[in-house]
Amino acid sequence: MPEATPAFRPVETIQDTRGVIQRRPRPAYGRAIAAVVWKDLAAELRSRELMGAMLVFALLVILIFNFALELDVRTRQTVTSGVLWVTFAFAGTLGLNRSMAIEKDRGCLDGLLLSPVDRSALYFGKTLGNLVFMLIVEAIVLPTYSALYNVNLFRPALLVVILLGSIGYAAVGTLLASMAVQARTRDVLLPILLFPVVLPVLVAAIKASNAILQSFEPSEIWPWLNLLIVYDVVFVAVAMMVFDYVVEE
Amino acid sequence: MIETRRLVKHFGLKPVLRGVDFQVERGEFVALLGPNGAGKTTLLRILASLARPNMGTVRVAGYDLPRQAASVRSMLGVVSHLPLLYGDLSAEENLRFYGRMYGVPHLERRAGEVLELVGLRAQRRELVRAFSRGMQQRLSIGRAILHDPELMLLDEPYTGLDQDAALMLDDLLREVITRGRTVVMTSHDLSRAASLAPRIDILSRGVISASVRSAEIDPLQLPTLYHSVTHA
Repeated sequence: MPEATPAFRPVETIQDTRGVIQRRPRPAYGRAIAAVVWKDLAAELRSRELMGAMLVFALLVILIFNFALELDVRTRQTVTSGVLWVTFAFAGTLGLNRSMAIEKDRGCLDGLLLSPVDRSALYFGKTLGNLVFMLIVEAIVLPTYSALYNVNLFRPALLVVILLGSIGYAAVGTLLASMAVQARTRDVLLPILLFPVVLPVLVAAIKASNAILQSFEPSEIWPWLNLLIVYDVVFVAVAMMVFDYVVEE
Repeated sequence: MIETRRLVKHFGLKPVLRGVDFQVERGEFVALLGPNGAGKTTLLRILASLARPNMGTVRVAGYDLPRQAASVRSMLGVVSHLPLLYGDLSAEENLRFYGRMYGVPHLERRAGEVLELVGLRAQRRELVRAFSRGMQQRLSIGRAILHDPELMLLDEPYTGLDQDAALMLDDLLREVITRGRTVVMTSHDLSRAASLAPRIDILSRGVISASVRSAEIDPLQLPTLYHSVTHA
């Protein structure tokens, strides 16, 4: 037997009576999730394609609304939650589409699917990456909106609602984007699939945000917050279970 | 190592595989030849657990596919038509990412060894999107061998390679044989397949139409055999 070279080292494998080769140790679940998130952030740091598109779109939307809606201070409070969530939702769709298109372009999705990790780890990695992108865009949109509309958006309860809404949106969006990416018409398909499914999140987030901005009683806010939490838990669980089937050919 | 029985796969109404029986022993090197549309890529995708068959059974390394796919994936090294690489990451970062996904030990050192082997050490910090097709294919081969897989599935791996890179891959595959790894390689290059693989299978119209030992056939007769099988 010649000396082992860097390309191939002797690997100890054991074959049992059924011909089953001893399984190699698989990478830890958490490490696989972290690797996918790291990969998405590192690639985005270089290209800035995804964040650039999301940010420009989001800032343009709130600027257009600022000119389109010439409102008094009181009315502004009432439309703020709607304008904010429309902005987040559409900017989020752009990001989701781009995030999965990157995986499809050079066959990278196959590369991910070939990895010996539970496929739900891939789902969580992609969802966390998309959530981070959404939160960064929201962190830039909020002060800009506050300055343009003269509305204070930095209220802890509102930030909690934005976080919960974004989690639900990213959880469902990542699952549906991974389904839509297989189609030729993925850019058109994603919003058509996504918005009907994510409607409960948007309605709950808008209602809760509006109630917080107008200083309603907590009893009027809690039902919407509860709906957001339940939706997030249910859809993360469902997505985790079906992701394997959704991404397979 | 591989055993498929009556494997059927169709896309919509179009049948691609029509009952493929395909066996590969551990340590064997099989070249899978066939015209465009014969089903070579589809067969490899099923073996790689990237596609599900409509009918038939598949066993790889003793595990049933697709039921035990996760156990099979750690043993696979796949080179496909597409490079499976991220354009906005450098060559080194791509290998580090895949290394983490496969739990490769001593990853920094291993990535360096593989980059050296595929001749991309000098370009390790360059972004993959700036690479030529051939350089991407070299790195794709590096990605496939990074975790030292027992079974390599190579779908036309010579596509886009220049002469030096093709010779590098020749050497690599010869070493694969020496090391007892199992290889299934699709190709359109009959002479290269005959020079590398001890066994040649011809897939035509969705079934394995012929299986010959390279040692038992005159390389000059291979094109005639190929033509007669694929045009029968």
